[in-house]
Amino acid sequence: MRKLFLILALFLVPVSALAVQPDEVLDDPVLEERARDISKLLRCVVCQSESIDDSNAAIARDLRLLVRERLVEGDTNQEAIDHIVERYGEYVLFLPPFNLANAMLWLAGPLFLLLGLMIAFFHVRSKTRATGNEQTPLSAEEREKLKSLTGG
Amino acid sequence: MIVELGHLCLILAFVVAIIQMVIPMIGAGKGWSDWMRIAVPAASIQFILTLFSFAALMYAFVISDFTVRLVAANSHSAKPMMYKIAGTWGNHEGSMLLWILILTLFGAMVAWWGKNLPPELKARVLSVQSSIAVAFFAFILFTSNPFDRLAMPPADGNDLNPLLQDPGLAFHPPFLYLGYVGLSMAYSFAIAALIEGRVDAAWARWVRPWTLLAWVFLTIGIALGSFWAYYELGWGGWWFWDPVENVSFMPWLLSAALLHSAIVVEKRNTLKSWTILLAILAFSFSLIGAFIVRSGIITSVHAFASDPERGVFLLWILGMFIGGSLLLYAHRASELQSSSVFSVVSRESGLVVNNVLLVVATLVVFVGTMWPLGAEVLTGRKMSVGAPFFNMAFPPLMILLVAILPLFAVLPWKRGNLGTAMRPLSGALALSMALGALAWALQSGKSMLAPLGIALAAWLVLGAASELATRSRLGKTDRNETLRRLANLPRSDWGKAIAHAGLGLTVFGISCITAWQAEDIRVAKAGESFSVSGYTLTLEAVEIGEGPNYSYETATIGLSQDGNRITTLNPEKRFYPVQRMPTTEAAIDRSLTRDVYVALGDAQGNDGWAVRTYIKPYANWIWIGALVMAFGGTISLTDRRYRVGAPNRKRPSANSAVAAE
Repeated sequence: MRKLFLILALFLVPVSALAVQPDEVLDDPVLEERARDISKLLRCVVCQSESIDDSNAAIARDLRLLVRERLVEGDTNQEAIDHIVERYGEYVLFLPPFNLANAMLWLAGPLFLLLGLMIAFFHVRSKTRATGNEQTPLSAEEREKLKSLTGG
Repeated sequence: MIVELGHLCLILAFVVAIIQMVIPMIGAGKGWSDWMRIAVPAASIQFILTLFSFAALMYAFVISDFTVRLVAANSHSAKPMMYKIAGTWGNHEGSMLLWILILTLFGAMVAWWGKNLPPELKARVLSVQSSIAVAFFAFILFTSNPFDRLAMPPADGNDLNPLLQDPGLAFHPPFLYLGYVGLSMAYSFAIAALIEGRVDAAWARWVRPWTLLAWVFLTIGIALGSFWAYYELGWGGWWFWDPVENVSFMPWLLSAALLHSAIVVEKRNTLKSWTILLAILAFSFSLIGAFIVRSGIITSVHAFASDPERGVFLLWILGMFIGGSLLLYAHRASELQSSSVFSVVSRESGLVVNNVLLVVATLVVFVGTMWPLGAEVLTGRKMSVGAPFFNMAFPPLMILLVAILPLFAVLPWKRGNLGTAMRPLSGALALSMALGALAWALQSGKSMLAPLGIALAAWLVLGAASELATRSRLGKTDRNETLRRLANLPRSDWGKAIAHAGLGLTVFGISCITAWQAEDIRVAKAGESFSVSGYTLTLEAVEIGEGPNYSYETATIGLSQDGNRITTLNPEKRFYPVQRMPTTEAAIDRSLTRDVYVALGDAQGNDGWAVRTYIKPYANWIWIGALVMAFGGTISLTDRRYRVGAPNRKRPSANSAVAAE
């Protein structure tokens, strides 16, 4: 692990400041905007939780240039992303695709919400039901107190 | 010598903590008051010993004693004094020591101010609190001793990570730790209550202020961190969904849930076992956070200790405190009976929905954060889950929460009617929708994000305001009567309104900056002017020089609008030679309506410089909102029922006409 950090540190040292460099920007604003959108979805592989759009690392710059190259050659966004994933692996994808293996990741929110609201609803309704007909029995403590008050 | 004394104090504190863990617990079980009473002086002694130990370490940093390994590795003689002091906790060992200092401080505070607590409860709380301290003292002493000496001390130190050499970041860890560790109080009270099998309004009145305090500190800590990232990282990002941010965010969400459910326990004597579970979960997520950050299991900028031995030790602590408490919970929770009943439409139900949404939001963040780890362990796939995922999965839950918040906040306890509750809010709702529509009309066919965000933000702020207006009978009675009623409102109601409005301000800032930010990247030559969104910037000069422990390049950029000069901006690039690390010091012209944010890049060939300019509308409201939230929490903390000696079991309601919440 430590060795890895050293290697990473070497990557990081020579470059500085600013993510997207002026010389990378495409002349066609539509293509450039698409490139920026794609860049935000791709991870800089030597950084920590930074997209290539934000990263200063040299490799992020290479990837940004590669994305732009593909777009200029006429790739769709998805084709450009697939091309990068093919080369660098699933690891570069910040937004995992919705498939069987990732189903729980994507469904966690809706499922938990549904489950939580259902449990809450049944709990609250059971509380409501108790209003009309049942009276809460005295707790042991309250019985004790009652006893002492009534002198029994 | 002082360093060795610091080490000795740490060991003594460890011993005292063991005594405080064992004796009062036995005493409480057997009803021996002498044994229970030991907890109070023990908590004070433990705190004082730890304080001295921490001061000794800070002293070593201040005098740059490079015979101490930690100082040599993390400090430098040329560093400004403020960062020498901050360097004490800018590393793994020192931050652990700060963590435990705060832990013992909270224990001591219960000992000092808990005079009204029932003696058994107090003994048990202090014992549980001390058991946490025992675990962390052992962790520090056996795996992360900050007082290690070097046989061959270097001539000068290794310096603190330059990114940390900034006031915003230097002081954000103490706030976060006050928050994380503050949740240990709720945990200790929860465990003590489980052991006693008793939770009542007085218990909730004790737990809630601690939770509130922890939440206020977490709010400030997270806001400081975000504010720092905004100006330091050079492109104005303020939240990255980085694993380390997420682990601070999860306790924040859970403590927000807890401080709401504790209200239900206090006022209505129900939701007890759920509140206990939340208290356990909130501190568990603090521990999980400590584990994730320090084990290096998920690497991140913040993960300064990547050491398997420490990771395994922390995992043991984690397993014991989370597993143990959940076992105890499973065994004892059924004994906690809730007496009161409420209808589906009631304040209680509203707070239940609030809890469901906050807990589900926490789980979503948790699943997203841990997913890559799980996938790698189970299937060997290396994958990432980053900001784009969280930006899709998290906001819907918050939108839902914010949409129902103002209405549920005014529902009466026990049984309410949505129509009746909605009536005083209809003006706020109509105005919010109008503001959203206005934003949509002004922005000329972009996304729905800003209009929706602005409508929700206005709904929160106006909803809070109209609640105050209703409570003070504004317009229904004369002005003096309204003022009198406002002044007599309980502080906790003021706190509630202020904190909810603060959330609205943050939502407003986030929506505007996300939807309407403008960006410009270019190469500018000296003397060249360019315009961005109606502002004209002129690169006047670039100066190269030397700072105290870095070299710099500083640009002078004139900022003007419609021919009037607004200000001069000096974005800077620094290079710290000791750590061979560059940093960006962006120049920001701040105002309430927009920030002009300029960062300087590398020199580009023949006297050109890369310059990156952003116009960030309403950016500062993100942090103003967070401060307002923290302020609301603080106001609520000063409510009379929480003052020292608060948990008197009954209190005559003096101003019940107004206070009947």
